Amino acid sequence: MNVDIAVVDYGMGNLRSVSKAIEHVAPSASVAVTSDPQVIAQAGRVVFPGQGAAPDCMREIDARGLRQAIVDAARSKPFLGICMGMQVLFERSEEGDTACLGILPGDVQRFPREAMHDAAGNKLKVPHMGWNDVHQAMQHPLWAGIEEGARFYFVHSYFVQPAAADVIAGFSHYPFPFTCAVASGNIFAVQFHPEKSQNAGLALLGNFAIWQPGAAAPAAALSGAICA
Amino acid sequence: MLAKRIIPCLDVTHGRVVKGVNFVELKDAGDPVEIARRYNEAGADELTFLDITASSDDRDLILHIIEAVAAEVFIPLTVGGGVRVVGDVQRLLNAGADKVSINTSAVLNPQLVKDASDRYGSQCIVVAIDAKRVGDHWEVFTHGGRKATGLDAIEWAKKMEALGAGELLLTSMDRDGTKSGFDLALTRTISDAVGIPIIASGGVGTLQHLVDGVREGHADAVLAASIFHFGEYGIREAKEYMRQHGIEVRL
Repeated sequence: MNVDIAVVDYGMGNLRSVSKAIEHVAPSASVAVTSDPQVIAQAGRVVFPGQGAAPDCMREIDARGLRQAIVDAARSKPFLGICMGMQVLFERSEEGDTACLGILPGDVQRFPREAMHDAAGNKLKVPHMGWNDVHQAMQHPLWAGIEEGARFYFVHSYFVQPAAADVIAGFSHYPFPFTCAVASGNIFAVQFHPEKSQNAGLALLGNFAIWQPGAAAPAAALSGAICA
Repeated sequence: MLAKRIIPCLDVTHGRVVKGVNFVELKDAGDPVEIARRYNEAGADELTFLDITASSDDRDLILHIIEAVAAEVFIPLTVGGGVRVVGDVQRLLNAGADKVSINTSAVLNPQLVKDASDRYGSQCIVVAIDAKRVGDHWEVFTHGGRKATGLDAIEWAKKMEALGAGELLLTSMDRDGTKSGFDLALTRTISDAVGIPIIASGGVGTLQHLVDGVREGHADAVLAASIFHFGEYGIREAKEYMRQHGIEVRL
């Protein structure tokens, strides 16, 4: 069966929230939570969520034989990475010194202990947990209708450092600026949880459900960005 | 800037929300799905459900409630109460919980915290600590505050962080239900002793108590039940008050 939106299930985290949120904003779309490479290959769009630790995520992806299907989807159709599903798109994570999928150039780093205090000297906790402002670094169809600086819900201890600044679609501060959204061709990926970010998050998922990457810009090379 | 969170807490038994005053006297405050929807619309940052159902026969009721809430409320949901084994964590996550709170079972079997966080990630494991002042220190209690454990609350908090807790829900059993404010010394001492976020709980009676919990208690989030359930204050009103007092909130 061909589905409109496949949510990749590799045993890492709460996928029900993701699929329910998508069904909520795209009631006419068929949504499948799946670990079947065939279903992913035939889906119109792919959502790649994930929670937990990078080494476990990579191990589970390979244990389920999903690596190729994920890489192929990221190269060919509207693709939304969420949280760990964003981090493992990059080359390497400091978490367990893990080789990741290498679809986007750059790496994943931990919030450095020595930097974790605010301007007044108060300690900042890790994980970075809660609602933070997201600043839009480029115009993008997935930001449509979402206010600049809107708050999204985050839970993470690591963040991505893209090698190329032109893929940075959004950033947040904790306490320094860090990349929390990237866009490259048909890929959009976010560190925060749109499925848990109430109206702003639902708007982003709704935008993804109708996004036509080719229509907004020519299908860019993986290193290129959509910059309007 | 990261906002301080306001988390309404819904005590649930037999499918209904109640609030324990000192964990004994219970009042019915309504239907969990309806309340969750209302709090979501009012701007709650997260919701916590504590399943206080006594008999294990009725435990599955909470799964249905979480499923129903998760289908229409898109903010983080934490569920606690009766979590004994890793399989309980899995069932709650599958039903739609984003975080699972472990209390008594963490004391009986600290390895559960490690196993669950190893398996599902620290981000979804909250350890609930019920602390009571005993002499010159705070001691961990279990079973709704009835059983002393002999554990020092500060050492216990550090141990839970080391075993993989992603967050601590800290309740002062001395203050719970009293409406006299958080135990600020307890909250601050534990918040400063660990690197993970602290949710302060127990004793909220006024909006100033929420401000004090953040500013004096160094809490990352504040949890309250009765002041919101019975309409004494609204979530938005609470957030506006906090903002007026210099606290970053999501409005």
